Amino acid sequence: MSFSENNKILEVKNLKTYFYTDGGIVKAVDGVSFDLKVGETLGIVGETGSGKSVTALSILKLIQQPIGKIVGGEIIFDDKNLLKMSKAELQNLRGNKISMIFQDPMTSLNPVYTISNQIMESITTHRKLNKKEAKKECLKLLEMVGIPEAKNRLGSYPYEFSGGMKQRVMIAMAIANSPSVLIADEPTTALDVTIQAQILELMNELKKKTKSSIIIITHDLGVVAKYAKRVMVMYAGKPVEFSVVDDIYYKPLHPYTIGLMSSIARLDKKQEERLTPIEGSPPSLIDLPKGCVFRKRCKFAVEECRKKYPQFVEIEENHWVACHRAGEFLDGSLSRI
Amino acid sequence: MLYYIFKRVLQVIPVLIGVTLILFILMYIIPEDPARLILQKGATEQALANLREKMGIDKPLYVQYWRYVSGLAKGDLGTSYRYRRPVSDILAEHYPNSIRLALVAIVIEVIIGIFAGIISAVKKYSFWDVLVTISTTLAVCVPVFWLGMMFQVVFGLKLGWLPMSGMGDGSIKYYVLPAITLASVSTAFVARMTRGSMLEVLSNDYITTAYAKGLPEFKVITKHALKNALIPVVTLIGLDLGALMGGAILTETVFSWPGIGRTIYLAVLQRDAPVVVGGTIVLVLIFVAMNLIVDILYAWLDPRIRFEQKELNV
Repeated sequence: MSFSENNKILEVKNLKTYFYTDGGIVKAVDGVSFDLKVGETLGIVGETGSGKSVTALSILKLIQQPIGKIVGGEIIFDDKNLLKMSKAELQNLRGNKISMIFQDPMTSLNPVYTISNQIMESITTHRKLNKKEAKKECLKLLEMVGIPEAKNRLGSYPYEFSGGMKQRVMIAMAIANSPSVLIADEPTTALDVTIQAQILELMNELKKKTKSSIIIITHDLGVVAKYAKRVMVMYAGKPVEFSVVDDIYYKPLHPYTIGLMSSIARLDKKQEERLTPIEGSPPSLIDLPKGCVFRKRCKFAVEECRKKYPQFVEIEENHWVACHRAGEFLDGSLSRI
Repeated sequence: MLYYIFKRVLQVIPVLIGVTLILFILMYIIPEDPARLILQKGATEQALANLREKMGIDKPLYVQYWRYVSGLAKGDLGTSYRYRRPVSDILAEHYPNSIRLALVAIVIEVIIGIFAGIISAVKKYSFWDVLVTISTTLAVCVPVFWLGMMFQVVFGLKLGWLPMSGMGDGSIKYYVLPAITLASVSTAFVARMTRGSMLEVLSNDYITTAYAKGLPEFKVITKHALKNALIPVVTLIGLDLGALMGGAILTETVFSWPGIGRTIYLAVLQRDAPVVVGGTIVLVLIFVAMNLIVDILYAWLDPRIRFEQKELNV
């Protein structure tokens, strides 16, 4: 496979995904751009409804039609625009080159087929193997994702597995064909805290083995800090800040990111210090306010913010931000508190 | 599973006792003297009394009932008043005709109903969906006998394409109109239920998973969605199978189809109690058996039910 400049394996440019509902057009994703490098783990964070999951689903064109529609942008994978691909090309890509792990393992497996049937299906859809070989492969995958006594579990149905085990099965399905890109859409949200850590460790290990790149979508900032190299923060369907983890955590330049960081408990903070929430709630995606979408909740908002939406610009190397006042945060003329 | 089937078979016994009792009382209170029915007009009082005694109908109800039930246990359904033949012979003669008609109707129902349901779910709000919705509404609203008569008028009388009634030599053309008439309402129900169930299933997460695996739409629908969507449809078809196997009184009467439905209908008109009671008992048995088959099919479709059965040891 040939990759263009900087080992970019996937590039999303100005992606726009809208939902046409009775209430109006929901601009779930509105101008998202980012790139994913070979072997990298990229985090996408944001609150519920910020467009993280829709971004993920858009990459594989899994948006539910005809309500949802990708109305603009490009998704470049292996020098080809995914949005212009034929159905057959797309099917060849899904689960093979790019695969996905979903949020809720409880509902993401088909209840009426055995887990081996579902894993083998992933294998045989893309590789010409006979039943026996596929079964062997399936067993190998189950062992890889840490299902105990895998051999005896081949004939099990999803309801016989716990949530964590089901997510392991989902991971086995996703890595069945050693994809170059793995998209994990809140892979641990539906799981217990102890299981969360196991699943994340497993994904990290497998990533090292398979050398795939991972996009991890979450609202858990701790997860991102631990596993991701770069992070994109989304708000109301738009990217607001995109940089390496340390920048996002220690010198955020967007008021929303700043707010996020002061709203989480950190060991390096004094114990007496209180957590500061972000006041207000996210805007309705149907009629977004003119100007900056975060303006109404932003304590740094100025007149300019009301007039026009700030461009998403690279303010310093590899650090992108969409805020009129980011420069002031950067040179220190405006305090973050 | 075997234990489950055994238990279900045992459950038939109280159902049968209830059914025979109700039917027996109903036929008993009809003010019609079977002896008069058999001997026709002009028979002497003495002859009538002799016959009553011979038939045992001069005894009190509970004695008659007991005699009937003990006969039933031995497989004896009694003798027809009208034809002077064993009821079982009469039923055996007509029942296969009903089953043949029912099977054709079921095939129509399953194929057309499920297919129409899938199409209208997958192509929601399209021309085909609207067409299916309109025709199923019509099929449900129109009375079966009226539909049958219209078919007779249009295809039999005006166009002359198909025979209007009877079984003729038993060739397929005799089946077309009655089978479609018989299947019309249930086909509509199957189509609607398949559509609803399919739409519900298609919005499930595991359907997105299936697409994310790279499966083509056809396979997602036929493999992942259909098996889940069919679970409620199978119940409907199964109940219907029981009902259809029980003969269709309206359809068989309209088309003069020599089946069990028409036999019972005629027997009621002729006050032929043994045929009515015997025929109904057979229908009940068939209905219960069909329900059992559906439950077993269910377990095959949905492994979670299998699991429950194991857990509860039923």
